[in-house]
Amino acid sequence: MINIQEVIETNQMIEKENLDVRTITLGISLLDCADSNLETVKKKIYEKITTKAEKLVETGNNLEREYGIPIVNKRISVTPIALVGASACKKPEDYVEIAKTLDMAAKKVGVNFIGGYSALVSKGMTTSDRLLIESIPQALAETERVCSSINVGSTKTGINMDAVRLMGEIVVKTAQATKENDSLGCAKLVVFCNAPDDNPFMAGAFHGVTEADAIINVGVSGPGVVKTALTAVRGADFGTLCETIKKTAFKITRVGQLIANEASAALNVPFGIVDLSLAPTPAVGDSVAEILQEIGLEYPGAPGTTAALALLNDQVKKGGVMASSYVGGLSGAFIPVSEDQGMIDAVSAGCLTLEKLEAMTCVCSVGLDMIAIPGDTKATTISGIIADEMAIGMINQKTTAVRLIPVIGKGVGEVAEFGGLLGYAPIIPVNTFSCDAFVGRGGRIPAPIHSFKN
Amino acid sequence: MKKTIVTVVGKDCVGIIAKVCTYFAENKVNILDISQTIVQEYFNMMMVVDTSASDKEFAQMAEDLEGLGRGIGVIIKAQHEDIFNMMHRI
Repeated sequence: MINIQEVIETNQMIEKENLDVRTITLGISLLDCADSNLETVKKKIYEKITTKAEKLVETGNNLEREYGIPIVNKRISVTPIALVGASACKKPEDYVEIAKTLDMAAKKVGVNFIGGYSALVSKGMTTSDRLLIESIPQALAETERVCSSINVGSTKTGINMDAVRLMGEIVVKTAQATKENDSLGCAKLVVFCNAPDDNPFMAGAFHGVTEADAIINVGVSGPGVVKTALTAVRGADFGTLCETIKKTAFKITRVGQLIANEASAALNVPFGIVDLSLAPTPAVGDSVAEILQEIGLEYPGAPGTTAALALLNDQVKKGGVMASSYVGGLSGAFIPVSEDQGMIDAVSAGCLTLEKLEAMTCVCSVGLDMIAIPGDTKATTISGIIADEMAIGMINQKTTAVRLIPVIGKGVGEVAEFGGLLGYAPIIPVNTFSCDAFVGRGGRIPAPIHSFKN
Repeated sequence: MKKTIVTVVGKDCVGIIAKVCTYFAENKVNILDISQTIVQEYFNMMMVVDTSASDKEFAQMAEDLEGLGRGIGVIIKAQHEDIFNMMHRI
């Protein structure tokens, strides 16, 4: 039987070290909502989401009470809307209508975000993909809870540079459309390479076409727990360090697996995956940066950061894989600058730069995430940054993403405020040398040689 | 049978166990095991209970116990035992 020390340990993790289940995300296929009439599509989408997810929030709250562990977010991901709206939407404004329907459905069922306002254009864009992409600035400005993601590259297909160029412009337009709120719209827009079909985390979640009609995916969290465990082995060698992270990750992930199983049973929806990412929040003691500091860095960004992050995430995966029956999603390190107090401090101290963040994405960070950049950054510069990040993903056969926020009207040293889980971020400088001619070429970057495995 | 773990944490005082046990008796909750320890000067008690004969909803019971705890200056939590089993047993 369970002993009192184990009970105390678990409850200490929950109460003092911010252990929580970060999200239960219900993936819903909207493929059966397609129609040539826009009003019919909207009606079908609203009905399907509000029926399937009717009990999602209630179930989450019940599990929270029964097990005494916070479940921070209950969310929904849907089939990429560019596929669902393809035959009904003739202009970008039509897609905005669907975005508003998604927003209404999200509000009705009480989830704080709904992801899947997406298009998958890693090799080419259809007319409807392009219309959806063009509608993003307006859609994100006129909705509250809708999140958008565009997959512009993959190891198998290479990088769609036309889409990369377009997304640079779309990021700037989205920033302008939401400039009253420090360009908040861009916090809900992610550009991906190798986007996973079963990611439960926003803003990049969508319900891939390879998935079942509905599925439960769970994202666990617990940087504070890992940090506390590491405090106990301060000064020990790497072997001890790695063992400690692994054991802690196992425990954290088991909780995620339990909640996933229970949610799946309560909602009568199959369980998909547990995402093994360490997700921070702006709360003190819930920071991935603090783990890196505990490993031995003054601030993240100092020499050794990439190695420390690689080690950290590899151990999280090794512990987590054994704890869960199915692992998927992003399962990488989240180092969103604005959502992690330790990262904010590192940027403020001048230790962490965009270039170092990019290096970190080569190992296991999933991307340049929630980084505020000057509002006057050129669209082509943003496209260049996106291209670099996509290339890292393509060559390393991993997911990479870009969520940059050019804060209109603000410059380096000023602070962008997003509020809530999205936090705040000091604006960091961007290399301003031109890449116009590179971005302007158009076409595709071919798939890398190591993608030909057949 | 799903077992529930009830934990009581706080400054030690007379009658904590009596009050919690009375509540359980009144609600047909069977106590299977009790253990206690002192961690950093705080009184920690754990009870393993079986609630299957009780008419109370789990959420209601958890709320009642919380309120009971507030009355005597301790924190009482009720959780299904699975969260501990999952975390500490392979």
